[in-house]
Amino acid sequence: MPLLNLEDISLSFSGKVVLEGVSFSVHRGEIVTLIGPNGAGKSTIMKIALGLQEPDQGKVTRAAGISIGYMPQKIMITDILPLTVKDFLKMRWGVSLSEVREVMDLVRISHVAESPVQRISGGEMQRVLMARALLGHPDLLVLDEPIQGVDIAGQQELYHLIGKIRTEKSCGILMISHDLHLVMAGTDKVICLNRHICCSGHPQKIQDHPEYHAMLGRHVDGITLYTHDHDHHHDDQGNVIHGDLRDEKTCSHD
Amino acid sequence: MVIFGMKRHVPMIDNFILTAMLSGVLVALAAGPLGCFLVWRRMAYFGDTISHSALMGIGLGIAFGSGSLWVIVVTCIFVSLILLLLEKGGKFSTDTLLGILAHSTLSIGLIIIAMQENLRQDMMSFLIGDILTIGREDLIGIGMMVVVVLGGLLYIWKPLLSITVHEGLAQVEGINVLKTKILYMLLISLLVAFAMKVIGALLITSLMIIPAAAARNVARSPVQMALYSMIMGSLSVVMGVMMSSLWDLPAGPSIVLSALILFLIGRALPKRYRL
Repeated sequence: MPLLNLEDISLSFSGKVVLEGVSFSVHRGEIVTLIGPNGAGKSTIMKIALGLQEPDQGKVTRAAGISIGYMPQKIMITDILPLTVKDFLKMRWGVSLSEVREVMDLVRISHVAESPVQRISGGEMQRVLMARALLGHPDLLVLDEPIQGVDIAGQQELYHLIGKIRTEKSCGILMISHDLHLVMAGTDKVICLNRHICCSGHPQKIQDHPEYHAMLGRHVDGITLYTHDHDHHHDDQGNVIHGDLRDEKTCSHD
Repeated sequence: MVIFGMKRHVPMIDNFILTAMLSGVLVALAAGPLGCFLVWRRMAYFGDTISHSALMGIGLGIAFGSGSLWVIVVTCIFVSLILLLLEKGGKFSTDTLLGILAHSTLSIGLIIIAMQENLRQDMMSFLIGDILTIGREDLIGIGMMVVVVLGGLLYIWKPLLSITVHEGLAQVEGINVLKTKILYMLLISLLVAFAMKVIGALLITSLMIIPAAAARNVARSPVQMALYSMIMGSLSVVMGVMMSSLWDLPAGPSIVLSALILFLIGRALPKRYRL
């Protein structure tokens, strides 16, 4: 019984197809990473998975009684709202102050607990959002670009943390990677989305991959490269054309 | 409103001035915290939309021969629900929708009122209120409204704050977004209807927005800001009513002007007193 199951999800906005026949599931203890170009519908499918958006067609099933931790991509908090990091975290329904402290320690943001949320760095904000998602002992974590805007060392640390949480709490994790090629090591399944699921599968280890070295220049733990292998490509309108035409516009993120 | 020319030396003793002040302070106690959410949610215009709808409510009430405040409340809620429906449609931004609704309801209200030939009341009193005519019964009504509004706000405080920060996050965490929003609109409608006589359709928004903004200058948490906005609003009312009685000025605008002065004083404070 998966924690989350999406079956044949389709959605259009005023005639424009956003998602088409998308199916996947997330099980307990499993990390599923969504990758894909801008406008591929990653955030939209995530909203559908969370019940924030109704699909035109298809079925979303969340296991009964599970608690979900959600980390939105970004959050704009107006300056006129005086809100400290601690107050922001305490907003989660039914969490105790001691649990808030514990989670702040875990993601190492205790030093900004009393700072206004508008005055912390981008990297700290990502940790704060992560902390909010971790409150309330979630069975399923849904993370929208969790390491976006975080420096390399911070990325490594956050990924390490996500891996640790997966192991310790054995929750399922669904996340969007901000990068087309790099996904977290320990990811069990990568889903490459471009309105439909282009391909999915296990990521490869990247230690020796030349593209990885070219991109980062040095060895970093905790990140794995996912290499695409498509049996189709997209035309200018994003429609699927079977067969691999390298000289034409291939799956635009490849 | 030009009543006090003769009594400048003892204006505070008059009973009806005390009643006026009390009614204004009560309204300010409810308006401040509700107004905090208006500024936090960047919905200052929403206050206008509701209060202009209230004018339409007054018009409808007069047309149907009912002076009941509940006609106003129902009209305000009706317009709020239309807003929610239009927002769902998604074509126009909330900002545009609010602009359309605010001015349409204002105009419809003014037209309906103008059509009532037997109406002897001055139009101005609907627009800026007539706090010095507040009677004992009005005062009791306002008092009950304040209890209901503050109680209601306390009830939806946490979910509403959560929605204000991030609607999606709040919903995933199990908050009933629609219910909370509708309750908030209901509370604003109640406030606006009962505050009509005190400060009028054009000025009630300012009693929500300006004390809240003034409170921001010194507040360090949402709760503090709500409490300070009550104090700022109450001070504005006391200052405004005194100004009005000392210098023969219209009370509603004097209250708003006092609120503005408090806001500006807050802005002028050295940085270390502000957050």
